[in-house]
Amino acid sequence: MSALPAPLVELRAVSKRFERTLDLAERATRLLRPAAPAPAVHALDRVDLTVREGEVVGLVGESGCGKSTLGRIVARALSPSAGERLWKGRPYADFDSGRDRRERLAVQMIFQDPFASLNPRMRIVDIVGEAPAVHGLVRRRERDEYVAGVLQRVGLDPATMRRFPHQFSGGQRSRIGIARALAVEPRFLVCDEAVASLDVSIQAQVLNLFARLREELRLTYLFISHDLGVIRHLSDRVVVMYLGRVVESARAVDLFAAPNHPYTRALVDELPRMDLRRRSFVPIRGEIPSPLAPPSGCHFHPRCPHAFERCRHEAPALREVGEGHVSACHLNER
Amino acid sequence: MSAPLLEVEGLRMHFFTKAGVVKAVDDASFSLERGRILGLVGESGSGKSMTGYSILGLVDPPGRIVGGHIRFEGRDLVGLSNAQWRGLRGNRIAMIFQDPMMTLNPVLRIDTQMIEAVRAHHAVSRAEARDRSREALAKVGIAAPDERLRAYPHHLSGGMRQRVAIAIALLNRPALVIADEPTTALDVTIQGQILYEMQKLCRESATALIWITHDLSVIAGLADDVCVMYAGRIVESGSVDEVLDRPLHPYTRGLLESVPGRNAPGRPLPQIPGMAPSPLQSLDGCPFRPRCGRATEACRTQPPSQSFGTRRVRCAHPLA
Amino acid sequence: MNEATRDLVAAAAEAAATGTTAPVGVQSPWRRILADFAESRLALVGLALLVAIALAALTAPWISPQNPYDLSQLDVLDSKLAPGEASMNGTVHWLGTDDQGRDMLSAILYGLRISLGVGVSSVVCALALGLVLGLAAAYFGGWVDAVVMRVVDLQLSFPSILIALILLAVLGQGVGKIVVALVTVQWAYYARTVRSSALVERQKEYIEAAEVLALSRARIVLRHLLPNCLPPLIVVATVQVAHAIALEATLSFLGLGLPITEPSLGLLIANGFQYLLSGKYWISFYPGVALMLTIIAINLVADQLRDVLNPRLSR
Repeated sequence: MSALPAPLVELRAVSKRFERTLDLAERATRLLRPAAPAPAVHALDRVDLTVREGEVVGLVGESGCGKSTLGRIVARALSPSAGERLWKGRPYADFDSGRDRRERLAVQMIFQDPFASLNPRMRIVDIVGEAPAVHGLVRRRERDEYVAGVLQRVGLDPATMRRFPHQFSGGQRSRIGIARALAVEPRFLVCDEAVASLDVSIQAQVLNLFARLREELRLTYLFISHDLGVIRHLSDRVVVMYLGRVVESARAVDLFAAPNHPYTRALVDELPRMDLRRRSFVPIRGEIPSPLAPPSGCHFHPRCPHAFERCRHEAPALREVGEGHVSACHLNER
Repeated sequence: MSAPLLEVEGLRMHFFTKAGVVKAVDDASFSLERGRILGLVGESGSGKSMTGYSILGLVDPPGRIVGGHIRFEGRDLVGLSNAQWRGLRGNRIAMIFQDPMMTLNPVLRIDTQMIEAVRAHHAVSRAEARDRSREALAKVGIAAPDERLRAYPHHLSGGMRQRVAIAIALLNRPALVIADEPTTALDVTIQGQILYEMQKLCRESATALIWITHDLSVIAGLADDVCVMYAGRIVESGSVDEVLDRPLHPYTRGLLESVPGRNAPGRPLPQIPGMAPSPLQSLDGCPFRPRCGRATEACRTQPPSQSFGTRRVRCAHPLA
Repeated sequence: MNEATRDLVAAAAEAAATGTTAPVGVQSPWRRILADFAESRLALVGLALLVAIALAALTAPWISPQNPYDLSQLDVLDSKLAPGEASMNGTVHWLGTDDQGRDMLSAILYGLRISLGVGVSSVVCALALGLVLGLAAAYFGGWVDAVVMRVVDLQLSFPSILIALILLAVLGQGVGKIVVALVTVQWAYYARTVRSSALVERQKEYIEAAEVLALSRARIVLRHLLPNCLPPLIVVATVQVAHAIALEATLSFLGLGLPITEPSLGLLIANGFQYLLSGKYWISFYPGVALMLTIIAINLVADQLRDVLNPRLSR
């Protein structure tokens, strides 16, 4: 049995809190009279995540679960409030300066909104070519040729290089965002709802593109989506999050064949299926709680059909329920 | 057999912009019986939302209905006056939008808005209107409706707001409800809840429903009949079972096959090549021609609408 | 509903430019703005008027019949001639002369020069200052933001005339000093406008993408943030030119600001004020008309610009 590939990205006990920064006046009044702590959004609560070289990890959950925040922490667009993040075994901070600074480019991000993620006043050739030129990956003279190559790889016509983003369709803009990330020769891509705003037929094209690039360039993905169907199609491993915590993690085949956590089971039930006609949708009760005031104990207990006393007081830990399959539910211990 | 509740015949709605004429809806025809659920399916730019807006007369200049008839309960809705529309909208026909804030006024309390909606069409006391509102909220699955009545829209979550919007639509027991992608922006578990409520309510009160969406799987679970739209035209229509199990139009089949859930994980998804045509291009013949694997010379002329029983397809080379 | 209509129309207009077949001419965002601007005939009239005024002002030394500041050319016997009358040496004064014998037409042309010059240069300087401070406040946040914004608030709570008057009383007369006063009065508007624009743009994902691409902060602010904050700034700047001109005219009218040797339109109006009711209206009237036309032209252009640039902001 061959050893597992080395982990590229590791997150250990990462937490993230968003607090409204107080302005001068509020800070001054606080000095005079201490008040209750400012309300904070607990976006992430001691999350562990490991992504090994070459694999596609699907991160799934609904609004407020923190998956976007986690993706941004991996891609370095945000810093965690607590916990460590490691790249190839070394802390991210090692790559802040010096020769290793280039290594930062190895993790890139593809964004959800094809409108807002491209600078509307820059031509495509500049959007894609800026970073490689600035970081010395390509000489200025060769920049246009290089950009043409990258655009072709993502299925765009290089003749359109000098146009502006508004002159392209949504699917094409998605591809431009992918080209921009690929131009700096990354090893790891964080795709944050990269296909969510696309039509189904365009979505299929872009998903196929992701698969092809993975093959050709030997990339590793952290694929974030709320759409379980897309996750199932693309991922080797799936991590399910709810309100800032990981509730289940397993190989994709195992998770869909035998989901353990009640929330995962509810999500799998909602998987879009073409063959169920006039189904009676079995709803899962309740609203998604606000991250400002998460429920005590297990975050899912107000909506869980199997909740009991212990669930209200104690947050369950992730326990192994199968090979490479962990789940955070007290039911597993009965 | 009684006449259908809604009959749309040859509807044409164009936008006259400075860049050219956009044929948003180009010859759409379908009918809907009382109490049935029709799914209007298409991708962006297909004209499905515009069809919905046209039925309710919500098209503003530079858009205009340039042809066709929309018969509702025997009346032609094209060319009605504002006064006549006021009697119909919110009363006999209601609409639910993708963004609940298109229904809800952010500066008014929920009870104010709902009471207003009731009293606009029925001469009842405020107390009676309030009771009806409370009932409607309970029916859409909102616990503690009295509390919600006193709240403002910004106090409620997205899913809750959409539920209130649905309650308002159903307040006056309309004969027809048009829902334009109401659950697209909501989380999957909330979507499940709302679909459940809608289905139950429509069956109970025999309200006809037109559900506009791009998500075929929602239609599969919810609707009785379906119309597939592409580039402003209805390319296929029929019962849900027929269309989804045995699609006749190549676009429908392409759409069904591109859904990730239908395919084995890991294998490339069958994709429809190319993109939908620009709404400004006026095309001869079939708009799907550039992307269709079965296109021939015959497709350069407008394909005929062929009928197979209750099914209709607009293709020169239908599958099967 | 209008929003949905608008979205569809915008999408259609954009879709008209896309296509993988024949490449469409490159449509830079600025060219689109010009095309939209040209839709309003009124704005085009305003623009034409503004261009005419600017040209007249620029070429004043060559096209004006007389140099009104050259005392040797003046003859007091020519004073207070009515419009259309000829002077002692035969030249016709189309707009009459003032009490010193200066040809009004020439004085107005030179005065426009000063007014426009002062207006535009003060706006440019204030824009530069406000831009730097506003961008810094938005991008760095924290105490930089707090300090800059409190100064802005302080500045804006005083009437601009008051600040200008006090400054000029201290600094004295002269073109440079008036520009300083006008810059001091104006920079706060720009800073505030840029800051709110930059705060919105900063949240957008293309800025995040630039950060993930490890681009330097300076580059992000100058190359990515700045060009996208310009549209509202352009609108403010255009309106402010008119405001600056009006303010300068007011100050000159009150006797502060520009010396008698370099009269601006305001000063001309002030000079002729005493004659207004005694029949020699032209000494005040025509400079007033010139001032009014300039300000109207600028406002027409600015109004259309605001409408043209706004829908793009909301996108």
